[in-house]
Amino acid sequence: MADHVATAPGAVVVAPRGPLAWYRQALMRSEGLRGYTLLSPTLLLMILVLALPIGLLVTYSFWTQTYLDFDRSFTFANYLKFFDRPIYPYLLGKSMMMSGSVTLATVLLAYPMAYFIAFRVTKHKLIWLILITVPFWTSYLLRVFAWKIILGYNGVINSGLIELGLITEPLQFLLYNPFSVVLTLAHAWAAFAILPIYVSLEKIDRSLLEAATDLGDTPVMRFLRVTLPLSMPGLIAASLLVFIPTVGDYVTPKLVGGTTGIMIGNVIQSMFGKAANWPLGAALSIITMIAITLVIGLFLWGTKSFRKRVA
Amino acid sequence: MSTATSVQGPRFGALGVYAILYLAFIYIPVLFLPLFSFNDSIYIAFPLQGFTFEWYEKMAASSGLIAALKNSVQVGSAVAIGATILGTFAAKAVTRYKMPGRGPVITFIMLPLVIPGIILGIALLIIANMAGLGLSLYTIGLGHLLVSTPFAMLIMVSRLEGFDKNLEEASQDLGESAWSTFWRVTFPLALPGIIASLLLSFTISFDEFILAFFLAGTDTTLPVFIWSQMRFPARLPSVLALGACILVTSFVVVSFAEWFRRRGVSLKTSSGI
Repeated sequence: MADHVATAPGAVVVAPRGPLAWYRQALMRSEGLRGYTLLSPTLLLMILVLALPIGLLVTYSFWTQTYLDFDRSFTFANYLKFFDRPIYPYLLGKSMMMSGSVTLATVLLAYPMAYFIAFRVTKHKLIWLILITVPFWTSYLLRVFAWKIILGYNGVINSGLIELGLITEPLQFLLYNPFSVVLTLAHAWAAFAILPIYVSLEKIDRSLLEAATDLGDTPVMRFLRVTLPLSMPGLIAASLLVFIPTVGDYVTPKLVGGTTGIMIGNVIQSMFGKAANWPLGAALSIITMIAITLVIGLFLWGTKSFRKRVA
Repeated sequence: MSTATSVQGPRFGALGVYAILYLAFIYIPVLFLPLFSFNDSIYIAFPLQGFTFEWYEKMAASSGLIAALKNSVQVGSAVAIGATILGTFAAKAVTRYKMPGRGPVITFIMLPLVIPGIILGIALLIIANMAGLGLSLYTIGLGHLLVSTPFAMLIMVSRLEGFDKNLEEASQDLGESAWSTFWRVTFPLALPGIIASLLLSFTISFDEFILAFFLAGTDTTLPVFIWSQMRFPARLPSVLALGACILVTSFVVVSFAEWFRRRGVSLKTSSGI
């Protein structure tokens, strides 16, 4: 532990000899330095496997793919290609719309559940929270796969309905379309939305609610004027936690999306697989990140003005 | 909470019904996996054909699966230990010391949580390729360390914030060295957090597919193996059997981790982050 130097009793302050001694002295004097010493392994990891790779990704996006190698001269060709082929902007827009629908559905479904745990459950809150979070930690691939077997042509719903005599031919519209992707994602990310909303609801000072009631607010008014605005941070966090990862998802579209359900993530993935055009794939992912950032910026700006209006 | 209920109306009611329906929505789709893993038919469809352990036997006999399972356990264990050590150090730093630039640094460490997995995956693939690192279990492990460390840090921050800093100071005032203070005060108090962090980091790595898909060489982890099996309809029932086993294991491990993490920490402080 780095701080033992700082607090060792009876440490004699001697004139610094060499860099190590100087460092020890500095450690004793500066709390910040002690903190950063403890943080340094984590920061080093993040620089090596996060900052550096993302930097390289940006660099790659300005290169071009030659047969098996890269042409390393700086060019905007990949970015121009994005705007040149309507399929890319279309897919990016579609992915945003689909993730937006997933986010909206997930958050709307999660809110009453979080509200229930925060305000109605008085005993065994822990058990409810565990019940909610556990499915989230089980394999993502399997949760998506579960929907494939439920919605499939010979899947659970179709075979079940035929067995019950309600239909004679399997329903074809269940699987392989944008809706099946949205449904599957909304299920897979459900738990992720509940926790932040729950936390923000749990933090609300209960006396504020009592005050609102005492001052004559009806339950609906109280919810709209006190509970909802105060739970906005949780709603925002939940939205971001669902929206960001789902935009780039390629597993769900591939398993349950069919040809009409593909998203930008599938294209990026294919650039690093079959299509083998890494620089174009890099450019597409940079554009996707920028687009996500813009949408989030707009969203945050929008919620801010909403909160101002309510307040 | 007694005052709260007085303004909150009935304890159950419509919301309670909704909560039950919601749980059903979360759980029922997933429960089809174990249900059909015992079904005596190659087709995953109703009506059920009778009970069998055949798919579990086939699963256990698959050498590729056993190898992938072993790889996943190895990578998961290494990631769990690595992420927990890094997360604990980082959490101690940000909860115990006044540091300039604390906010931006925390944001930087949390970035992997808000960058789509596919982008982390390809960025790591590019750097591994450039550094001449062959794709292997090590590259998967590095990727998983990247996404597990923020979680480990969040868990440890909430744990360290949950107990009184004065306990550590008292120990030092009473003449314990920093080292023995750590082992006799900090460590036992942080232990539930450490165990939760180990279990959750392991689970993240064990279930992670998106990064592993890009970073896997010839040795694969379990999710990558499952993905490769999904193309063959004849192997699907065995995939279901495997899925059922993973489901049960994850369920037990995560319930245990959550119980450990939240035990003793009041819900409000533990959920502070």
